[in-house]
Amino acid sequence: MYSRTYKSIVSLPPILWVGLFLLLPYALMFAHSFWMVRNGLIVHQWNLRNYAALLQNPVYLEVLFRTARIAAGVTLLSLLLGYPLAYYMSFHAGVRKELLYQLVIVPLWVSYLVRGYAWKTILGSDGVLNGFLQYVHITHVPVSFFLYSPFAVILMLTHIYTPFVFLPLYASLEHIPRNLVEASHDLGAGSRATFLRVILPLSLPGLLAGATFAFVLTLGDFLAPLLVGGPSSVMIANIVQSLFGTAYDWPLGAAISVCILLLTVSLLFATERLEKRWAFR
Amino acid sequence: MGVPMNGSTQALRRPTVLAVYSLLVFAFLYLPIVVLILYSFNRDGVGGFPPKNLTFHWYRLLFNDVAIWDSVLNSLLVAGGAVVVSLTLGLLAALALDRAEFPGKSILRRLVLLPLILPGIITGLSLLMFAVSVNLQLSLLTVFLGHGTALISVATTELFAGLQKMDRAQEEASLDLGATPWQTFWRVTLPNLKLSLVSAGLLIFTLSMDEIAVTFFLIGRDNTLPLEIWARLRRGITPEINAISTLIFCVSVILILIWYRIRTRNIGSGAQELLERP
Repeated sequence: MYSRTYKSIVSLPPILWVGLFLLLPYALMFAHSFWMVRNGLIVHQWNLRNYAALLQNPVYLEVLFRTARIAAGVTLLSLLLGYPLAYYMSFHAGVRKELLYQLVIVPLWVSYLVRGYAWKTILGSDGVLNGFLQYVHITHVPVSFFLYSPFAVILMLTHIYTPFVFLPLYASLEHIPRNLVEASHDLGAGSRATFLRVILPLSLPGLLAGATFAFVLTLGDFLAPLLVGGPSSVMIANIVQSLFGTAYDWPLGAAISVCILLLTVSLLFATERLEKRWAFR
Repeated sequence: MGVPMNGSTQALRRPTVLAVYSLLVFAFLYLPIVVLILYSFNRDGVGGFPPKNLTFHWYRLLFNDVAIWDSVLNSLLVAGGAVVVSLTLGLLAALALDRAEFPGKSILRRLVLLPLILPGIITGLSLLMFAVSVNLQLSLLTVFLGHGTALISVATTELFAGLQKMDRAQEEASLDLGATPWQTFWRVTLPNLKLSLVSAGLLIFTLSMDEIAVTFFLIGRDNTLPLEIWARLRRGITPEINAISTLIFCVSVILILIWYRIRTRNIGSGAQELLERP
């Protein structure tokens, strides 16, 4: 139905643009990861030294594990907040469903920076929370450990990613045929059994998609640690950022980036396959 | 509805605990935003409790702050450019993925989507290395290139979904009745995609106005709004930042309302069409 000219007119510009401004830059990142810095200059000498350094220096692995722990914390908390909310809205919200749904979407449109900044003003040692605690006489000295801790990073990112986690969860709960739930009740299963044996298994694909979002997005974040984290919550992307900045070792930074990239892509690939498998059962 | 049985009454019962929990989750989602707005009127700074001495002082300061408004202008320029570029290329890419067969098609699909799933720092740094290797000075142009390219992903997904829902027969009819492919594109394909184009455009605009991770590495001397705010956060914070954040929040809410109205109006007219059909 569409002519050869039509097809080439629509496919050539995106191929060229994406090839030049996406494929080439990503390829450059790979190339850099095999180069090295000598006397403050990047030398195009192919070697595996950057990757060897990553394995030998325990700092990198340590930071990677910390990042994974923070990401797992964010994922778990977002699920703990997002799942009951999605469940309530899908099964019990009635006519207010649509309004509540929109209310979850609104924070998604609010700037990442604005939300991070809000947490900074709340958690700081002369922040809103401390002011409140002193006002109601719970403490008399400002509590300083709220801000600049991994806890603050987890809290801020949970706040940002809960709506992200909510969306696929809610979609999968909405897709559960209601007569299955009714059948389960009619056959004598209580609410708990119905939830555990009908609803939860059927919502697993959405749960997995939401969890993957939160985990992967946290894995590559470098702004939250800078904003509310402090030195105790330096994450893997912060190391990359400093290697590209003051530390000036682009090749090593590129090697870490390649690792983050591979980790992200393989996680997404694995969960996509799992989702498909669970969706058909 | 049959005889209410033990099980179904149980299912219909409103679980109070769950409702309260959901309310708390909403409180968690909105509390920071409320605090932010409230303290933009607080004379005594960004913290402390309770907020007292309400004032418009910080808004006055903000409206006279040339650097902020310059950065807003920069952000608008970048976002405007990004919307045009990514919508155009996203539309072409969606058409290509929907209708053309060519070697490397699946590679193109995966590649286009990559900036959506990869951390911003990786896309940002890749483009930085590209800019350095072709001797392109960092400026708003590089930021625009970054946003325009990364956001093709959003345009493509949204428009591809629109194309999949579209009725191909209309295009066939147009071509059969003697319209050229060009006329068919402008008079049939594009009007059919109007809704997807507008919602993708709004989304891209918002994402570009808010982008930090990619911008961070591509910025030259002129700051975008988020980067200007970022720079100020490092120098110490005043409720002026609450004031600009409040304005950003209001603009976001207005954009959602516009988006929502377009959506519902279109659904409404579609339903009407269905009713009018014999």
